[in-house]
Amino acid sequence: MRQVDIAIVGGGPAGLAAAVAAVRAGTTDVLILERDDKLGGILNQCIHNGFGLHTFQEELTGPEYAARFIEMAKELQIPYELETMVLSIAAGEEGRKVLTLMNRREGLFYVEAKAVILAMGCRERPRGALNIPGYRPAGIYCAGTAQRYVNMEGRMPGREVVILGSGDIGLIMARRMTLEGAKVKVVAELMPYSGGLKRNIVQCLDDYGIPLKLSHTVVDIDGKDRVCGVTLAQVDENLKPVPGTEEYISCDTLLLSCGLIPENELSTGLGVNLNRVTGGPFVNESLETNVSGVFACGNVLHVHDLVDYVSEEAKKAGEKAAAFVQRDDGQENPQEVTKLSEKEESLAVIAKNGVRYTVPSAIRPYCMEETQIIRFRVGQVYRNACIAVYFGDRCVSKIKRPVLAPGEMEQVKIKKADILAQERLSDITICIEV
Amino acid sequence: MTDVIIIGAGVSGAAIARELSRYERKVLVLEKESDVCEGTSKANSGIVHAGHDAVPGTLKARLNVEGNRMMDVLSRELDFPFKRNGSLVLSFEEEGREGLLELLERGRKNGVEGLCIVEPDKLRELEPNLSPDVKAALYAPAGGIVCPFGLTIALAENACENGVEFKLDTTVEKIEKMPVTGEGAGKEGFLYRVHTDKGCFEAPVVINAAGVYADVLHNMVSEKKLHITARRGEYCLLDRTVGNLVSHTVFQLPTKMGKGILVTPTVHGNLLLGPTAQDIENKEATCTTGEGMGKVLEQAAKSLKDLPSKSVITSFAGLRAHEDGGDFVIGEAEDAPGFIDVAGIESPGLTCAPAIGVYVANLLQSIRPAALKKDFKAYRKGVPGMSLATDEEKQRLIKENPAFANVICRCEQVTEGEILAAIHRPLGATTLDGIKRRTRAGMGRCQAGFCAPKTVEILARELSADMAQITKSGKDSGFLVGYNKGYEESREAFVSMEDREEAQA
Repeated sequence: MRQVDIAIVGGGPAGLAAAVAAVRAGTTDVLILERDDKLGGILNQCIHNGFGLHTFQEELTGPEYAARFIEMAKELQIPYELETMVLSIAAGEEGRKVLTLMNRREGLFYVEAKAVILAMGCRERPRGALNIPGYRPAGIYCAGTAQRYVNMEGRMPGREVVILGSGDIGLIMARRMTLEGAKVKVVAELMPYSGGLKRNIVQCLDDYGIPLKLSHTVVDIDGKDRVCGVTLAQVDENLKPVPGTEEYISCDTLLLSCGLIPENELSTGLGVNLNRVTGGPFVNESLETNVSGVFACGNVLHVHDLVDYVSEEAKKAGEKAAAFVQRDDGQENPQEVTKLSEKEESLAVIAKNGVRYTVPSAIRPYCMEETQIIRFRVGQVYRNACIAVYFGDRCVSKIKRPVLAPGEMEQVKIKKADILAQERLSDITICIEV
Repeated sequence: MTDVIIIGAGVSGAAIARELSRYERKVLVLEKESDVCEGTSKANSGIVHAGHDAVPGTLKARLNVEGNRMMDVLSRELDFPFKRNGSLVLSFEEEGREGLLELLERGRKNGVEGLCIVEPDKLRELEPNLSPDVKAALYAPAGGIVCPFGLTIALAENACENGVEFKLDTTVEKIEKMPVTGEGAGKEGFLYRVHTDKGCFEAPVVINAAGVYADVLHNMVSEKKLHITARRGEYCLLDRTVGNLVSHTVFQLPTKMGKGILVTPTVHGNLLLGPTAQDIENKEATCTTGEGMGKVLEQAAKSLKDLPSKSVITSFAGLRAHEDGGDFVIGEAEDAPGFIDVAGIESPGLTCAPAIGVYVANLLQSIRPAALKKDFKAYRKGVPGMSLATDEEKQRLIKENPAFANVICRCEQVTEGEILAAIHRPLGATTLDGIKRRTRAGMGRCQAGFCAPKTVEILARELSADMAQITKSGKDSGFLVGYNKGYEESREAFVSMEDREEAQA
C-alpha cells in the first residue's frame, strides 16, 4: 500500500493552497487526489474576474487564480493524481487513515496517510431539494451546470431565462447569459434580501437592467419536454406564496442558484461530525475535525464568498496538518508535545443572537496562533449593528457595522494573549447586538 | 407478417412481450415515448404488494398474489433489484383494529401467507422509528420492494433478446378493425391495422397495454366503451442518509380521512413517501403540485417519530389508470376478437405485471396456439453496478474495461463503464433519463448537476450525435439550444493554433 504523510482530497483552490502550505511547512510527502481531469476545481469554469484581490492584490479570472496555485504546486513538485476518485476513507492502524481510490491507470487501490485534508468543495442545491412544484422537463439547470455548458463547452443551454435564487453563481450567470445573447427576464429571491455579494448585484444585474424580485419564488414549472414558462409568486413573512400574486413568465430555461451544500459524504463515512448549520465539519482552531489527523478547509468546511479566504483558510489547514505529521514523527521538541497534550482543554466558540455559526467552533488556547480569525455568517440583514465578542460573560469587543448581510461572510480576530490573560475561561461568544 | 402488436412498453407491455417471446410468434411493441418505462411504470411506489388489499375474487386479488410469488425467481433470472422486506399497515386508533382484522381476513382469502397483527411492543422492535401514536399493525412478510425501472427494462430487454421487435417514438393514431375471410383468419377473424406517426402496422392480434390511454385505443375498435381516469399520485424521495429510518414498507390503514401515505425504503436505499390520489382530466399532467407535496409530507409525518423532510432530494408524480369498474380489464374485447385489453392496470399493477404476462400469454394460447421456442433465453444480465460491487468485482470490471474506474456520477458512484454498458445493449439508453434509469447516474443528491454535462457528452460520442441532439427524454427535451457568440470562429482559431503547435513540435 502506498504511504504518504498527507493525503489531500480535492485539487481545487482549497486542496492546492493546503498542499502548497504543507510542503512549505516542511512536509514533502503530500499527495493531491483530484477527480477531474485537471487541477483547479470549479475555478476552471469561473472565467469572470474579481478573484485574487486579497491574495495577489490584483484582479484575476478564476482559471488565472487557479493557475497561480497550480504553478506553485508544480514548482514544489507536489505529486497529484487526476481522474482519481476517493471512494472512502477509513481508520487504519495507529491513527493512520486508509483511502480507497479508483482510476483508470491503477484500478482500485489504497493509500495510507498520516493526515488527511478534506477539500472536496460543495455542490448546488438542486430543484428536487427545493420542492418546486410542476413538471420535470429539460431546461432546469443549477447555475453552475449552466456555467459549465457556456464556459467549458461553448454551448448555450437556453435563450430566455428566469433565475431562482440570488446566490453569486446565479448572479454571475445572469450577466454571462446576457452577454451571450440570452434574455434574462428576472431573478427571483425567496428571502427579503439577496444571498449574493452586493458587488455582484450591482455588476451583474443592475448594470444590465435585470430585475431582482425579492420575496418571490417559483410556484409552478410549465412544459412537458422543455421548460416553456414558470409561475412566480410573492411570498409572505413565513415564506409561503401569497395567493393572487402569481405571474406567468414564458421562458425556456430556469436557472437555480439557491444555496450550496458542502460535499461531506466521505467525511461522515470516516466519523467526522458535521455542523447542521453549515453542512461542514466542526473544527477547532487548527481546522482539525473531531477525528484526529483529519483537517478540513474551503467550501467543504463552510461555503465561502471569496476564493481568497478559501486560500487563506486552506493555508492554515496545510500548515497544521504538516505540524500534526511532524509531531507524530517526533520531530518537534518533546517537551512541547507534553505541554500540548496537558493543556489541550478547549474553549467552545458559541454563535448567538443572529450569528448562525462560527468556524472554528472550538479553540485550544495553547494551540492557537497569536491572532485567531473566527469566520461566521449572520441570519438576516442588520443595519448599524455591532458584532460583539464575549469571553465568558464579559464583553471584550464591539465592532459597529453599517450593514451585516447573510450573503457576506464576516470575521472577528481574537488575540491569544487576551485569552491566556483570562482565568477560568470556558467559552467565547460571538453575537450581534442592535 | 406480425402475429401480435403490443401497444405500450410499460411494465405490463414489457411483461407480456417477454412471456410471448417464449413462443414462436412474431411480436412487435409500439411505444410512443423514446424509451421503455416512460409512463406509469416509472413513477409509482416500487412496491411488491403482499395482496391483502384487493377484494377477493377480483383479477387484482388473484394476479397480485401470483405476481408476488413470481418475483423471487424472476429477479434472479432477469437480474433486477428486488427485496422482500415485509410490510406493515399501521392503525392509529383503537377502532382501527377492526380495519386491520378485515384486511387480515381479506388477505387470507386471497391466499396471502404469514399475515398477523402486531402489537405496539413488538412493533417498536420491528421499527423503532415509528410514531408512538401507532396502536397496532398488520404485518405481511410477503411484502416487498422492487426497482420499477429495473423490472420493466429487464423484461423489455429480455423480450428483445428473444426476438421481440420494439418501435419507440411511435404513437398510435388510429386502429382499423378489418374483417378477414379465408385461410388464417380464424373463426371470426379480424385484421387490425394500426396507424402510427411512423407508418402502418398490421396484425391479427393487438394487445392494448396503453396505460392511461387504454380506453382511447379500446374505444377505437369496440362499441363496449371503457373509461379510464388518470389518478395522479405525488411522491417525495429522500436522501439515502435517511433511507434506513424504516426497514419495512409502512402503509397507513385507510380511514374516512383518506387512503393514507406510505413510507418505504427503496431497493437503492432511499426513503420514498407517497402517493396522493387525485383524479384529473389531463392524461399528460404528471406535474407535482404544492398542495400534493405538502400533503405527502404532512401525512407521512404521522407514521414516524421524526420525518426528516429537509432530506427530500426530488419529487415526482405518476398517473394511475383507474377504470370505472375498479378492477383490471384483461381479455378480448367482446366485439373485437383478437383485440386484447390490458386496461385499468393501477395499483397493484407493478406487482401483478409478471402474472399479467403469463395470463395474457395463456389467453393467447387458447385462442391462437403457438409452439414454444426451443432457444428461449430466460436469463438476462443487467448493467454491472460498481457502487455495490465488492473490491474484487470492481478490480475485475476495471481490468475488463478501465472505463469502470472513471466515476461520472459522484453521488451514486456510477462510472463511465456502466454508462457505456447501458448504451450498448438491447434497447440501449439514448437519453439522459434512459441512462439514469439503467445506471442511477443523476439519481443522487445533486440530481445530475455535476454529471449531466458529462453524460450528455458520452451519449453524443457513443451515438455519433452532436450534444445538442441529446435529450432528457426524447422529443423536444434537448439541453442545448445553440452556441456561444463567435463559437465557430474561436473554435477554428483554436484548431489552427493547435495545428501550428503540432507542426512546430
